[in-house]
Amino acid sequence: MAVDLSPIDESLLATIANIHGMPKGAFNIRRDGKLVERHSSAYIEIETKTDNPGIDIKVKPGTKGETVFIPVIVTQSGLKDVVYNTFYIGDDCDVEIIAGCGIHNDSHAASEHDGIHSFHIGKNSRIKYIEKHYGEGEGTGERILNPTTNVYMDENSYCEMEMLQLRGVTSTVRDTNAKLGAGAKLVLTERLLTHDDQTATSNVLIELEGEDSSVQIISRSVAQDRSVQTFNPLVVGKAACRGHVQCDAIIMGDAKVKSIPGIEADSPDAILMHEAAIGKIAGEQITKLMTLGLSEEEAEQEILDDFLS
Amino acid sequence: MLELRNLVFEVPVSEGSKETKRIIDDLSLVIPDDSFTVITGPNGGGKSTLAKLIMGIEQATSGQILLDGEDITELSITERAQRGIGYGFQQPARFKGMKVKKLLEIAAGERLPMLSCNQYLAKVGLCSADWLTREVDKNLSGGEVKRIEIATMLARNPKLAIYDEPEAGIDLWSFDRLTETFRQIHDAGEGHSIIIISHQERLIRLADRIVLLEGGRVSAEGPTEEVMPQLGLARKMVAGCALTEPTRLHITEIPTTC
Repeated sequence: MAVDLSPIDESLLATIANIHGMPKGAFNIRRDGKLVERHSSAYIEIETKTDNPGIDIKVKPGTKGETVFIPVIVTQSGLKDVVYNTFYIGDDCDVEIIAGCGIHNDSHAASEHDGIHSFHIGKNSRIKYIEKHYGEGEGTGERILNPTTNVYMDENSYCEMEMLQLRGVTSTVRDTNAKLGAGAKLVLTERLLTHDDQTATSNVLIELEGEDSSVQIISRSVAQDRSVQTFNPLVVGKAACRGHVQCDAIIMGDAKVKSIPGIEADSPDAILMHEAAIGKIAGEQITKLMTLGLSEEEAEQEILDDFLS
Repeated sequence: MLELRNLVFEVPVSEGSKETKRIIDDLSLVIPDDSFTVITGPNGGGKSTLAKLIMGIEQATSGQILLDGEDITELSITERAQRGIGYGFQQPARFKGMKVKKLLEIAAGERLPMLSCNQYLAKVGLCSADWLTREVDKNLSGGEVKRIEIATMLARNPKLAIYDEPEAGIDLWSFDRLTETFRQIHDAGEGHSIIIISHQERLIRLADRIVLLEGGRVSAEGPTEEVMPQLGLARKMVAGCALTEPTRLHITEIPTTC
């Protein structure tokens, strides 16, 4: 690697984006508010924004089978990094986008990263977006991640978004908004684990504007210790469309979880459904895994790992 | 060899009550190695409770449980599992996010090749390879989750396997295969023992020993051919009556669930 990355940097990149060394194809790695390394490919162009901090990622129409990496790492305490990343995906594309943010904070001062991601997805394009958030470090300084994701989907496009917050994020407020055109389909999967005194809020607003558009929201979370989680997904059906919201949470210790899935039909042809469940790990699940030779602690961990897998 | 000595299990008659009732009443029993035992008897007779006491899911009020001479009465479920006891639940738990393959691997205690997983599943009538990537969650039917439960037992291959009503929820076609699977395990000659809690006549006939449990006590015990007549199945065994008699137990105290 030509660029000077510390072992901490490399470990964070491996955790959030599964990057070992410089990735192939197009990528943009940002550390402590500054560009570390960038590479455009023949079909994917990454440029610095002129109005705001951040980048524009332009994917040429017809681009297929390419992956873009845009991870961010923060290792400097006391830093508040705000970045705007805008994706312009042409028509008839099929690309994968790996994003994510890792914070390593050994100090007492807070580290914060607010990523505002916008996606303009062209007709008939397919996108897979994976975003992992992770915090670590021995210090008392807060590790804060407040991502905003805006998705605009053109006719018959398909987008699969996987948003994961692993461990160590002190506080997060996630805002995810999407507007879907005719025939567009969005599958939004959110996985969250909070522990100690962490707080997490996730607001989702999906507007199904086009005929035959559809969305599926799957939220699974684990709240441990004294952490507090709030889920607020809302699907608005404005045409003949389909929407399904599913929120599942496992609650442990003295944690608190509030789950308020909402559906709103502005069209008589909208078919919308929501379900939400909050509960402890069932005793029968632990017992079953113990009969297979796992200890109680191993059984609990196995159940959590699978739930969040 | 499993040995139960003067086993007692009592529960309060109602929540918070000091008055107790006996579910298992001073029960002593020996399950030899390489044996196939069916424990049968009327509902409420203590069959499932006895199975749970052996696995450690319930703790005995008094008495002893010995496995191969070792006193395991105070051991946890995990420790008993590690010593070779396995348990097939009547109503198996479901796990969101856990794939069938993962459950089989936990049972086996090692990573398993696809082929082995498929073989275990095929033995319980789940023949499509797609099953490996399905989740053991509420989307499975009762019968499907039950068959997966039995497949996990096959993957675990315990020294002493306890099945609590394995036939419950299984359709007739799969049941044929299931009885064949039990026969194969028994005939494998690995010295492993099977205990099945069942009312099902065909399973009872498959066993080489029967234990009849009534009121928390063993009311009859011995080789199948000796105990079988006491179960009220005698008329079925009369030549020439096979087509006119229903294939279920006759006495009213032993209802069938198949």
